[in-house]
Amino acid sequence: MLTRRTLLAASAVVAAPTIVRAQTTKAITLYYPIAVGGPLAAIIDGYCKDFATASGITVTPVYAGSYVETVAKAVTAIKAGEGPHIAVVGATEIHALVDMDILVSLNEMGLDAEGQKWVDGFYPAFMANSRKNDKTWSVPFQRSTAIGYYNKTAFAEAGLDPEKFPTTWDGLVEAGKKLVKADASGRTTRWGFKLAADVGNAQWTFGALANQAGHVLMNQAGTEVYFNAPKAIEALNFWRALAYDHKITPQGVTNWGTLPSDLLEGNSAIIQSTTGNLTNLRDKASFPLGVAGLAGKEGVRTVVGGGNLYFFKHASEAERKASMAFARFLSTPERAADWCMRTGYIATRPDAWETPALKAYVEKFPAANVARSYLPVATGEISTFENQRVQLALTNNIQACLSGAKTPAQAMEDAQSEADRILKPFKKA
Amino acid sequence: MRGDALKAWALILPSLVMLVAFTHWPAVATLWDSLYSTPRGSRPGIFVGADNYLDLLDDPVFFTALRNNAYYALVTIPASVLLSLVMALSVNAKFPGRALVRMAYFTPTILPMIAVANIWLFFFTPDYGLFDQIMGGLGFGRHNWLGDSATALPAMMLVAVWKEAGFFMIFYLAALQSMPPDLAEVARIEGSSRWNFFRRVTWPLLMPTTLFVCVNAVINAFRLIDHIVVMTRGGPNNATNLLLYHIYETGFRFWDTAAAATMTVALLAILGALAALQFGVLGRRTHYR
Repeated sequence: MLTRRTLLAASAVVAAPTIVRAQTTKAITLYYPIAVGGPLAAIIDGYCKDFATASGITVTPVYAGSYVETVAKAVTAIKAGEGPHIAVVGATEIHALVDMDILVSLNEMGLDAEGQKWVDGFYPAFMANSRKNDKTWSVPFQRSTAIGYYNKTAFAEAGLDPEKFPTTWDGLVEAGKKLVKADASGRTTRWGFKLAADVGNAQWTFGALANQAGHVLMNQAGTEVYFNAPKAIEALNFWRALAYDHKITPQGVTNWGTLPSDLLEGNSAIIQSTTGNLTNLRDKASFPLGVAGLAGKEGVRTVVGGGNLYFFKHASEAERKASMAFARFLSTPERAADWCMRTGYIATRPDAWETPALKAYVEKFPAANVARSYLPVATGEISTFENQRVQLALTNNIQACLSGAKTPAQAMEDAQSEADRILKPFKKA
Repeated sequence: MRGDALKAWALILPSLVMLVAFTHWPAVATLWDSLYSTPRGSRPGIFVGADNYLDLLDDPVFFTALRNNAYYALVTIPASVLLSLVMALSVNAKFPGRALVRMAYFTPTILPMIAVANIWLFFFTPDYGLFDQIMGGLGFGRHNWLGDSATALPAMMLVAVWKEAGFFMIFYLAALQSMPPDLAEVARIEGSSRWNFFRRVTWPLLMPTTLFVCVNAVINAFRLIDHIVVMTRGGPNNATNLLLYHIYETGFRFWDTAAAATMTVALLAILGALAALQFGVLGRRTHYR
């Protein structure tokens, strides 16, 4: 029976969401990837809760998979008229995302003097991926460098000094040969060194190797790549030789995801991974864990990596303000220090390293400072227009070389011509 | 009479709306999109005619994916259909623990493909994965199953067959159960061998099921790519790149929507031709009761 009272009650129920929505216009969505082990989702959830308590703004964090998946999901959602207001996406996606015209720059959102000071407070090395067309499009968040993790017990067992990690390619090969262990049938039970070549990671691994050979893979504008240069071929040749000549790494493609367990299970004595895995590996290792800068042809060289916070154009004025407030909340010195201690990612601002908490932590656990100390010898990760496509062209050819189908020179030549074809429209512009 | 026609239309309207909205309209829109260039940022798409199709002929990855998909279909379809038939015949007989065996055969089907792929990812892990541990125990060397271009696609096929066979088995089992038992009795009295009975009676009676299963197997060979996403992402060097995965990558990773639409049209054409072929050839030789 429909009475006046039930009608009234029903209309109240129907109206309720509108009222709630009006009160919480300041609710934003964050997409983020996880590329390392450890309880990262819980940490992010915690930050969002803290932010809600501090500001009254609700941030809904959405775990969106790997870096590659996160950018695909964010762009798909935005093209469909929905999607995140702010997202942690690979720092290298800047050219592609600006080209898609879906970002809003910090300049457009409005930076007062204090805001400018905040932007200027990040490490310049990390900000290199944030500026384009004289505007700032993102701020660093989970930034890293590639570093070496090694098993000190295995080093001692092989007659190597556990405190001395090789700093040159020759030294690495020599150590690797001593670290390789085989059983009676000749089957390898422990590899010397493992590095990732799967889709989404090969280009990052290779970025470090190219820098180790003294080579830069692309121009600053993201319109040209230099894959078929002799030094790039030399870098790939070194990688291939690790498997086929020195036999200290497996042939074929090694996966990024299993590297931490490879080290923890004693399957590899050294792995090349992100500093973001530091806390997780330290907590789980049953042996003394060594952390060191990666060996280069002549000395230690590495590559920066990781994700920045991007702001999206479709957000309303209020949502943009909320996103910016959240970004600033995440990069206060205390929180940047906390993020660094709980994951291993490099705190993105010098002032974070001055906080008592992080200072005390580094004192107790000097490995936490290793990645930061090699920032001066780190190069930028490959970043171009049509970033995903160019990276995949490179990755495919690296994989072809590592599985024995192409010579290093042929692989890099093919990668170059494919990348040239992809980048042709942007060179003219 | 007029009222009847109206009623008929009203009755099919709901499904017609769904079919048009989710099948026919997207297909036409895709065909339309394949004639335009990809809109990018501030540059809208323009009409380019057959250009996208000509570009497709220059895309080496498309042909790699096509070839991979052909191998994949040629191996997984007969293998899973044959395996499912053997499984169905084996659990059709009476023996203790039959329900348990049937359930075991059917388990892969009810597991989500993503979960399945993650389990197999562990099986294929070099050195300490299940396969390498077994092979190691037997005195063989290690193998990087998913990291080697030569074994990655066969590994994917194995997962697909394992996943599919149980599903097809259910259809064969249902068909076998509905077969009148007097046929078998007559054959026994006549002194016909079991093989002869299978070849002359069971197999022809299973033809409608086989046709149905084959059509499904063909569709799945082009449609199921979850395990590719989880296990190899098309690598190493496109060795496991299947057509639909390549379309997904082109459309949602590279945002080249025009090229993705063009390949979708090609895929539609292939599937349409295969379906016509199956119904034309197999359908004619199928005996419906």
